[in-house]
Amino acid sequence: MSKRNPEYDFVWCPGCGDFGVRRALEWALERHVAEHEIPQSNYVIVAGIGCSGNMVHLMEGDQPFGLHGIHGRTLPLSFGVKMGRPDLETVIVAGDGDFLAIGGEHIGPAAARNVDVTCVVMDNGVYGLTKGQSSPTTEMGVMTSSTPYGKIESQMMPLKYYLTIGVSYIASHYSSKPRDLADVIQDAMNHKGFSIVHVQSPCTTYNDTYDLLKGNRRKGIPGMAWDIPEDHDPSSRQSAEDLLDRPGIPLGLVYKEERPTLQDRVDEIAESNPNRTADELLASYAI
Amino acid sequence: MTDNHSQDFVIRFAGEGGQGLVTSADAMARAAANAGYYVSTFSTFPSQIMGGPASSQVRISTTPVLSSGDSVDVLVSLDEYAYNNHQEDLSENGVAIYNSGEFQLPGGGQYFGIDADELAKSTGNTRAANMVTIGAVANLIGFSLEEIDAFITQRFTRGRPGDEEIIESNKKAIRLGADVAEKSGFSVGRLASPIPPDYEQIMITGNSALALGAVTAGVNFYVGYPISPATTILVWMEQNLVGPGRFAHQVSSEIEAISAIVGAGYAGKKSMTATAGPGLSLMGEGIGLAWMAELPCVVVDVQRGGPSTGLPTKSEQSDLMACFNPGHGDMSIPILAPGSVEECFDAGALAVNWAERYQGPVIVMSEFGQAEKGENIRKPDLADVEVEDRSVYQGSNGYARYQSWNGDGLSPMPIPGGPGAYVANGSEHDEIGDTTHLPRHHIRLTERRFKKLGLLNDAHYEIENEGAIAMIMSWGSSKGPAREAYERLREQGVDVGWLYSMALNPLPDEMKDALERANLVIVPELNYMGQWSAILRQHGYRAESVTQYTGLPFKPATLVDRIGDRVEELQKEKGLVLA
Repeated sequence: MSKRNPEYDFVWCPGCGDFGVRRALEWALERHVAEHEIPQSNYVIVAGIGCSGNMVHLMEGDQPFGLHGIHGRTLPLSFGVKMGRPDLETVIVAGDGDFLAIGGEHIGPAAARNVDVTCVVMDNGVYGLTKGQSSPTTEMGVMTSSTPYGKIESQMMPLKYYLTIGVSYIASHYSSKPRDLADVIQDAMNHKGFSIVHVQSPCTTYNDTYDLLKGNRRKGIPGMAWDIPEDHDPSSRQSAEDLLDRPGIPLGLVYKEERPTLQDRVDEIAESNPNRTADELLASYAI
Repeated sequence: MTDNHSQDFVIRFAGEGGQGLVTSADAMARAAANAGYYVSTFSTFPSQIMGGPASSQVRISTTPVLSSGDSVDVLVSLDEYAYNNHQEDLSENGVAIYNSGEFQLPGGGQYFGIDADELAKSTGNTRAANMVTIGAVANLIGFSLEEIDAFITQRFTRGRPGDEEIIESNKKAIRLGADVAEKSGFSVGRLASPIPPDYEQIMITGNSALALGAVTAGVNFYVGYPISPATTILVWMEQNLVGPGRFAHQVSSEIEAISAIVGAGYAGKKSMTATAGPGLSLMGEGIGLAWMAELPCVVVDVQRGGPSTGLPTKSEQSDLMACFNPGHGDMSIPILAPGSVEECFDAGALAVNWAERYQGPVIVMSEFGQAEKGENIRKPDLADVEVEDRSVYQGSNGYARYQSWNGDGLSPMPIPGGPGAYVANGSEHDEIGDTTHLPRHHIRLTERRFKKLGLLNDAHYEIENEGAIAMIMSWGSSKGPAREAYERLREQGVDVGWLYSMALNPLPDEMKDALERANLVIVPELNYMGQWSAILRQHGYRAESVTQYTGLPFKPATLVDRIGDRVEELQKEKGLVLA
């Protein structure tokens, strides 16, 4: 249920990481609007299918535009939005199943194009809406409803994948620190090019990783998440690789590369080539 | 040489892909079009870059060309395989020209040899071999060499230093070829004088006409994935859809293509993609999203043979069921199927208008046989094309985008950047686009989506000789051969009528009425299942198909025979003639 639509009946489970991500995204949008003086109506949230995608219906305050499409296709849908209307600020919200499994084929092309959209990927390592099947980021050996004898595929390492495939802005974070996360999302939106903020967003029902991420002294669990040191150079691919070779979940900006976006290249072509009208095109077929 | 003046000749160039077959047919077509004849080309080739059996033909006529014809009057065979493969298509008086530099045929047949390469060498231009052959063809059909000269001068006047030399060598090549033909003693007749049209013409292919029509109606966003026979639309758009506010791009799959045009349609663009059967299969879910979320976009399916990878470079009309039901769930996608190169332009433009008007996806179905067919058609008057833009919401925020709709003027669509922020949702939704499972919303919005089809009732249709014992109703590019067959059957006094609708879904009201009244509808179509007649029967109309699934278009004579036989049978059943 959302404040603006009492009839909307979708709810996240209590404690779901997506609450924190939503708060962070709301703040990031609010600040981005203020920072650039862009009207709220110029923002488009393209949502994936899964628990996280429902965020587009749950945001409070001034509403951005939303596009809640089909499973796995946030990247090509947002590609259409952004290349059709470069003036629109386009943000993707999707889960690990949507973005990395069914939608995985679109990450490489989006990176090669360096299309100027920001992805907020909520990784809970499980398919929640369909009630607990394994996802690409589920650890090997873990028993889920679809891996009754333990997962027999390797766990995917999304950050390394993004780096290898040429994503120009990669950040990693988790949902329990919404204020910090908001800063990161805002920074990613300011990046000219394809940016991914990969967020650990635990599923309290099927894969509760809060203790693992933050640590629990009473249970003797050391936290997996660690702040990226201040001396890390995000412009260095080698430093980013070294960083990702360390165990655990880094928090902060992993890699950032400034290079022309697809729109820059399209504009370049447009400058040196005439915009031919239908009349001119028709004339080229004269007998 | 006889005095036999003919209105109509078919000339076929057969050999291997990459030998300039298409170039030869195209040159012949352009020379004839320049001279005031009506022309239509047709090519068939295997799915490989070079080599493999291929052929390209041109039909030249004093009246508008409706089909590729029944037989071949002049066959040019560049190799023995091509001769063996195509000679059975020669008409009774037909003559074959074979490449004697490549193979020999025994004496006594209706053929003669030319070593075009050797003769071209003697002109000093080894690339003029095609022109040697064209010269021979021209002699056989009594086509003026001066008209070919004019074409050569036009083609090779490019402002380069060597132009004059190239023009002269090509003209020489033409005459060398004509001499060989003259000495052979063969002739297939004399092409009657042209009756030039009293209107301006253009020479264009089906795919280019379709792209031009769409751009005329304002398409400004195109993405596609290479696939035969739709690739030329992608290439056309990449080349021409350039400049501020325009975008054309090759994407990574048909799934990316449909998703991107849905996203662009949502963002206010007039968006389009083109594909063939395999790509259409991948687009099913995305087309459903556009239907569900009510987002305008155009999908062109240039059909080939199917299923699976099927026959990538052959002609078939077997995607109809897939276009009617491209994805899961209750939906009914508007379909336009142009029946000629000229109609490709109209359908391209109307599809964009329809998408804007009813705020949803529209499918255009073309075919291989029409995609690369070059014809000289009436030059479209762009000022005549009525460009429709979607109704855009201009009010204040808090707008119910998916509100109830009484059937008049569709609720305006908010566009990002403007007022009325909402969620365009592929899940069932309420008035503002939030996901819902409540029955009342699903009932209301399902009905709303279907009711919108009522806005689309203005596509071209033809009804003639109602009351005949059988009505011929073809669709898509089978329209041409069916029309030729219809006219011949009428001349023979056979009791047939004519129905044609460029829109297959929804059918114009007048067409539904005519179908209702028809005693029997006979549907010539290029598929095994008889897909269009099956759909017509599903709607309660009396329909049956005349099918062909060879990968080639219909010959009019085939249809004359099969429809003629069926009509006779009907008359016997009704006791109208003696059994």
